[in-house]
Amino acid sequence: MPKDGGIGASTLRREDIRFLTGKGRYTADINLRGQAFACFLRSEVAHGRIRSIDTSAAEEMPGVLAVMTGEDFTEVGGNPTGWLVQSRDGATMKEPKRPVLAHGKVRHVGDAYALVVAETYEQAKDACEAIEADIEELPAIVDMAAAVADTTNRVHDECDDNVVFDWGWIEENRAAVDAAFETAPHVTTLELVNNRLSPNAMEPRASIGDFDSGTGDYKLYTTSQNPHLTRLLISAFVMGIPENKLTVIAPDVGGGFGSKIYHYGEEAAVLAASKRLDRPVKWVCDRSEAFLSDAHGRDHVTKIQLATDMEGNFLAVRTETLANMGAYLSNFATCTPTFLHGTLMAGPYKTPHVYVNVKAVMTNTVPVDAYRGAGRPEATYSLERVIDKAADELGIDPWEIRRKNFIDPDQFPYTTPVGLVYDTGNYHATMDKLRELSDVAGFEARATESAAKGKLRGFGLSTWIEACGIAPSNLVGVLGCRVGLYDAATIRVNATGNISVLVGAHSHGQGHETVFAQLIAEKLGVDAKSVEIVHGDTSKIPFGMGTYGSRSLAVCGSAMMKAADKIIDKGKKIAAHMLEAAEGDIEFNDGSFSVAGTDRQKSFAEIAFSAYVPHNYPLETLEPGLEETAFYDPANFTYPAGAYGCEVEVDPETGGVDIVRFTCADDFGNVINPMIVAGQVHGGVAQGIGQALLEGVVYNEDGQLLTGSYMDYAMPRADDVPNFTVDHSCVTPCTHNPLGAKGCGEAGAIGTPPAVVNAVIDALHRAGHRHITHIDMPLTPSRVWTAMHG
Amino acid sequence: MKVTMTVNGKAMSAETEGRTLLSSFLREGLGLTGTHVGCDTTQCGACTVHVDGQPVKSCTVLAQDVAGRSVTTIEGMANKDGSLSVIQQAFQDHHGLQCGFCTPGMVMISAALLSEKPNPTEEEVRHYLKGNICRCTGYHNIVKAVMAASGADSQKLAAE
Repeated sequence: MPKDGGIGASTLRREDIRFLTGKGRYTADINLRGQAFACFLRSEVAHGRIRSIDTSAAEEMPGVLAVMTGEDFTEVGGNPTGWLVQSRDGATMKEPKRPVLAHGKVRHVGDAYALVVAETYEQAKDACEAIEADIEELPAIVDMAAAVADTTNRVHDECDDNVVFDWGWIEENRAAVDAAFETAPHVTTLELVNNRLSPNAMEPRASIGDFDSGTGDYKLYTTSQNPHLTRLLISAFVMGIPENKLTVIAPDVGGGFGSKIYHYGEEAAVLAASKRLDRPVKWVCDRSEAFLSDAHGRDHVTKIQLATDMEGNFLAVRTETLANMGAYLSNFATCTPTFLHGTLMAGPYKTPHVYVNVKAVMTNTVPVDAYRGAGRPEATYSLERVIDKAADELGIDPWEIRRKNFIDPDQFPYTTPVGLVYDTGNYHATMDKLRELSDVAGFEARATESAAKGKLRGFGLSTWIEACGIAPSNLVGVLGCRVGLYDAATIRVNATGNISVLVGAHSHGQGHETVFAQLIAEKLGVDAKSVEIVHGDTSKIPFGMGTYGSRSLAVCGSAMMKAADKIIDKGKKIAAHMLEAAEGDIEFNDGSFSVAGTDRQKSFAEIAFSAYVPHNYPLETLEPGLEETAFYDPANFTYPAGAYGCEVEVDPETGGVDIVRFTCADDFGNVINPMIVAGQVHGGVAQGIGQALLEGVVYNEDGQLLTGSYMDYAMPRADDVPNFTVDHSCVTPCTHNPLGAKGCGEAGAIGTPPAVVNAVIDALHRAGHRHITHIDMPLTPSRVWTAMHG
Repeated sequence: MKVTMTVNGKAMSAETEGRTLLSSFLREGLGLTGTHVGCDTTQCGACTVHVDGQPVKSCTVLAQDVAGRSVTTIEGMANKDGSLSVIQQAFQDHHGLQCGFCTPGMVMISAALLSEKPNPTEEEVRHYLKGNICRCTGYHNIVKAVMAASGADSQKLAAE
């Protein structure tokens, strides 16, 4: 039994109290004395040259304090890309500029080119409508293939063929991979689209800039998953404000899913406006703006080929992908389709030869960047779909073809042909668990029941693996990353023994305030209630890299363990002095420092008190106080993995798909709070179902966004999803971090889409529609019906 | 124009324009920021409050149209002693929230359901909640919380 409030306990979340009583404090809830309100004017055309912007009428409108355009930001730098990717030929990628406000050209519908600040939000919005812009509309570049084919029409002049990079992974292996295909007994080919998604965290973005002319200090309240990264980007690249004069606060944040990792121009604009007006300036995005300006996700067009022998042994995998970057390079847009995608193309399989080619393409659409899973869902979808197709072509059971190609448990550590070293795993175990939980034996009976209702039942299987806990800084540095990817924690033991833990990770739904307290309670043997977690304020916390990529526990949690070790080490020195014993004889167990083999001991609280009231204390050799900071830079990625099973009922009359059972068997390594882990999986699965059945960003040929509200963009709702069966009892602890933890946040979004699509194809095959080998997501009723009847 | 209404049992007033929405009146006029705005098309339900006991999406109601009526928001849902009400407690007990942004609307719509239909089936819960979007939980634990608050044995809901 886990200790109450310690590791392994499903401790209820402490943060829930404020969220359930309306006391949460999100950015939009913050109102500063004297604040003014900002509204952005956004392009209505996808591509156009700005001839002139006349702001004179807007400036005369009631309540208007300032109108700013791209001209006002030419002195400051642009928003950079965080990762420089090299092309196959060794050339460094192109890096087209991204200004704070569009200048010279507008490049997507929603591209902000002016800002009005007024006494009220309504006045600012009214005045935006009075700005007269003369914009010469240019032909919109929407389709990626067309963007590559027609190089006379360019999104950015400095990207002359609309291709940012042409990446090969691993280029040196390409010839060997091609040779394997030449001689392979069987090749399965699949062309597929990984649909563009809008992340849709329920809290729209918001920012408040607050410049203090008395001190010259800037403060930015913003909806961010990583306040230090935002501060770094604003300081070092965008505005040049010294880091010690800029505080970034990300208070309660209502979901991120990747979309709040990035620095957006609106953040810099409200800071600049605040300085100009010497007043706080607040901006709250509305949902229509969010669809037009939050970074989108996915949007790959891929051809994947799988070479096998006739028994289904994988010989080689080869992919060609066009990855949509949108109109500007968002901060991590370039690493998502490359190092978070190509490196996962081995999956959990021992395929000896793998080669991945990705061309990143600029278009006149909203920028695309990491969205829950980020590259790994795209890799998993391609692989798990082509495997099912190969199994069908070869007449091999989908379970069997996967099982025979799994990396076996005795093969770890396992070096893949795409550059990763998997430290540990047991893919057979999660597959066995899935088989048990999904009641394969009962499937035929359930299919008969469905048939009696006129429905077609199908089962879909997928396996998944992820590289989380990003990442060893020296490795990512070699690969082109411009930041380090450690995290940091400070443990401040207060004089009366309670503890403040200041962490670099940011919680926006993950429950860190509860889970991190569980870690410290277990490690230091104290009551979890005496531990407070502080996050989201760069003026308080150490320089950490924030929360994304299922990294918080593996990376920040490990930093906390390192800091706790330092606390214990210092506590032992203090205890040795107080107990008049040798330091080497002091043991620390369950919150108590004792002399080995005796009953002489000091409690944790007594040691803390002595550190701050050092009357009986080794002052000659030891500083007072009990506060330690640790940075943890991971030695490797972590590799959670699992197997998912989906059962669907397809209505042959309408093409409608109902998900009737969904089962997950995951290996997340050691689990700290099973309740929270299950919740993370539920949410990821729902987003995966959304991608598979409902969601898809649609542009017309003019670059107009047709899915700009919840009436056009179908979000999963309560009656679109079933109850889920989730299991994480298969555990192979991570071998290289102190918690043995791997990460669980993105699992559902990665493993789910192929399971759903495989299930629908299976249902159609069982009903005799053998000719249907693939349907692109989202599998809307019209697409399924058309496949059946078209 | 000054508008007065009863909010969580107390008469409260604020200046409004004709176009001021009930959600803005509550958030900006009265400082009751527990009511959240997650969209601008009456689709997400984060702004759900009760007007004279009926669930209403406050982003689509003009404040002036609610003058003189009785409004309940998330800030008025706890027990008188400040402890969580049955429905709020069920959301915590069953991990029915993650980022917390949709939560006020979810609690308000769930409370309306249970007052209308004290013992709903799971299907009825899912149907009633379909006007409220949650991006974090996948709804599994929200449904579980509502069933538990209705007195149902939520353990029977799913294996998990």
